[in-house]
Amino acid sequence: MIYPDSKTILEVRGLCASVEGTPILKNMNFTIKSGEIHAIMGQNGSGKSTFSKVLAGHPDYEITSGSILFEGKNLLELAPEERARAGLFLAFQYPIEIPGVNNSQFLRLMYNTVQSNRGKEELDPLEFDDFVRDKMKLLEMREDFLDRSVNGGFSGGEKKRNEILQMAMLEPSLAILDETDSGLDIDALRIVAQGVNQLANKDNAIVMVTHYQRLLNYIVPDYVHVMVDGRIIKSGGKELALELEQRGYHWVSDELKVAA
Amino acid sequence: MNIAVQSPAGNPANSGYLQGLLAGQSQVSASKQAWLNKLRSAAVETVSELTIPTTRDEEWRFTDLSMLTKVSLQPAHTPNKLTAADIKRFKIDEATSRIVFVDGIYAPELSKIESRGIIVGNLAKELANNSALLQQHLAQHATLKGNVFAALNTAFLHDAALVMLPRDSQVKAPVHLLFIATQKEVVSYPRTLVLADNGCEATVIEDYVSLQDETYFTNAVSEFVLADNARIHHVRVQREGAKAFHIANCSAVLSRSSSYQSVSIAMGARISRYNLNIKLAEGAECSADGLAMISARQLADTHTCIDHAQPHAISRQLHKCIVGGGAHAVFNGKIMVRRGAIKTDSEQSNHTLLLTDKAHVDTKPQLEIFNDDVKCTHGATIGQLDNDEVFYLQSRGITHEMARNMLTYAFGAEIIERIPVASLKRSLEQTVLEQTSTQL
Repeated sequence: MIYPDSKTILEVRGLCASVEGTPILKNMNFTIKSGEIHAIMGQNGSGKSTFSKVLAGHPDYEITSGSILFEGKNLLELAPEERARAGLFLAFQYPIEIPGVNNSQFLRLMYNTVQSNRGKEELDPLEFDDFVRDKMKLLEMREDFLDRSVNGGFSGGEKKRNEILQMAMLEPSLAILDETDSGLDIDALRIVAQGVNQLANKDNAIVMVTHYQRLLNYIVPDYVHVMVDGRIIKSGGKELALELEQRGYHWVSDELKVAA
Repeated sequence: MNIAVQSPAGNPANSGYLQGLLAGQSQVSASKQAWLNKLRSAAVETVSELTIPTTRDEEWRFTDLSMLTKVSLQPAHTPNKLTAADIKRFKIDEATSRIVFVDGIYAPELSKIESRGIIVGNLAKELANNSALLQQHLAQHATLKGNVFAALNTAFLHDAALVMLPRDSQVKAPVHLLFIATQKEVVSYPRTLVLADNGCEATVIEDYVSLQDETYFTNAVSEFVLADNARIHHVRVQREGAKAFHIANCSAVLSRSSSYQSVSIAMGARISRYNLNIKLAEGAECSADGLAMISARQLADTHTCIDHAQPHAISRQLHKCIVGGGAHAVFNGKIMVRRGAIKTDSEQSNHTLLLTDKAHVDTKPQLEIFNDDVKCTHGATIGQLDNDEVFYLQSRGITHEMARNMLTYAFGAEIIERIPVASLKRSLEQTVLEQTSTQL
């Protein structure tokens, strides 16, 4: 939701990034304020997933120019773990599996590491168990989910729910959901969206990176941006997503060419 | 006894070295059992026909023993007296019986024997009572032919860790065989014999540890003989000192419908080699899982041979290597399916994690199938820690270093998980965690 007295959470200016010498992001500009939900849409290869990984600090991408301010801090100076502790969260398109590491141990390590770095109290295993089970209800997750190894043998829907569970635990000020809708059936999509909606508040901001409009029926964005060839070329309200769904992406590029 | 027999094909320097090793052999006191004396002298003969293998031998292509041949080694004659406090950290809570050898010499004061319905002890003591049975099995399953180390061990054979499980006996508590190295420039010849009669069940832990950082040599031989329907878990832990040489040969011979589940962990020694040979009769089942976790300039070589000699047998093997520093791991896994061994069901996989650019692995699956109606699969992977996996953990607030440790640990934990002794599993998991943290 758009609030009049909101503060800027993230400000990206003229960002260029490349992978192995190939430019992917080309003069990316993007600003989001507290309380807002933005959707970044684009076709495969438009650079939208790269943008989310760059924000989280993936080492494969080289920033060649531009700046990113996250709550006033220079994000590019922070290691990925420092970004997470500072309140940035990325829900992965493909969460990894870690066989041999118990999910509840992993979640507790993650939670306590971030808590202690924020100067907050850590939870012992019993306290943590109550805490995590409470959060699990939000996402209608089965009990046995804690006893399994991290994402080990999880279905696509379970992996995505595990991501949103982590988001619920870490309470980030900026959450980036990378293709969270992909591979989900309607029921799972509804549960995940419900979870995200309950976590959205006037102090945090959410960026949804997606190819399709489907997710936006459940999590309604305040702004929609279209990404083509490594930058945002058009922004609008939620109705822009519907237009993209009906007309495809080409007209946006065509419009740009005419303007040029 | 004349031991100065020159091998015609041998490398003279090499034979000289073997003679040096054999020099102490004449001091092994003669047994009252004539067959045991014969066994030893036959082994001496075998040794004199062989040489220390070099990298020109196919079976030793990757494992260079020239360092071993440069050290002068003798068996320990005076036992180093240890106290219970010295070995406290090696104790395994669940084990009610523990047989301890220090530098190859049986240490009754450190051993604890609770032989409720089974015979646990040292060979020298049991020899008189069970001579006929022991004669039938001792050194009859480990192949000496062409194996200079097994032959050397047998040449010095006068004592051994012995576990005899009577028909249908069920032993819940694991039996702990603890071999401790305390003296430098000593060679020890640990020997183990496990005789498992029909339908018995037991867990045997074979554990090699060290209280020193000097150079020494452990040359071990183990034989596991399983009668019909016997079920044995064999846990092997090699945590020798950093400058040790460890060469071991283990033979497991399985009768009809018996089951041999083995987990072998190799973490110690400068150079280690483990040969595991399993022979399966009809309907027998085995697993031969392993983890080699090495760093610095260590070399760990595992050679296994699973011999499907008869129909309907099942074998499973998962071998993993975690290689850090400039270490070198070797895995050679042979699966043999003999003519007539129909309905053989065999799966083998080998996965290696290389933690540095200088870490190295040589891995070779070797399938020899002389039969049509079989199911055999094998696979091998070699890789480094996945950047995306490390990044995923970092994006959850976990440091780069801890992320790497967690992933390395997880890789090895899959094998350690299979150890059926909870306290040993926990302590090994702890060791893996500590090792991963110091290696990075």
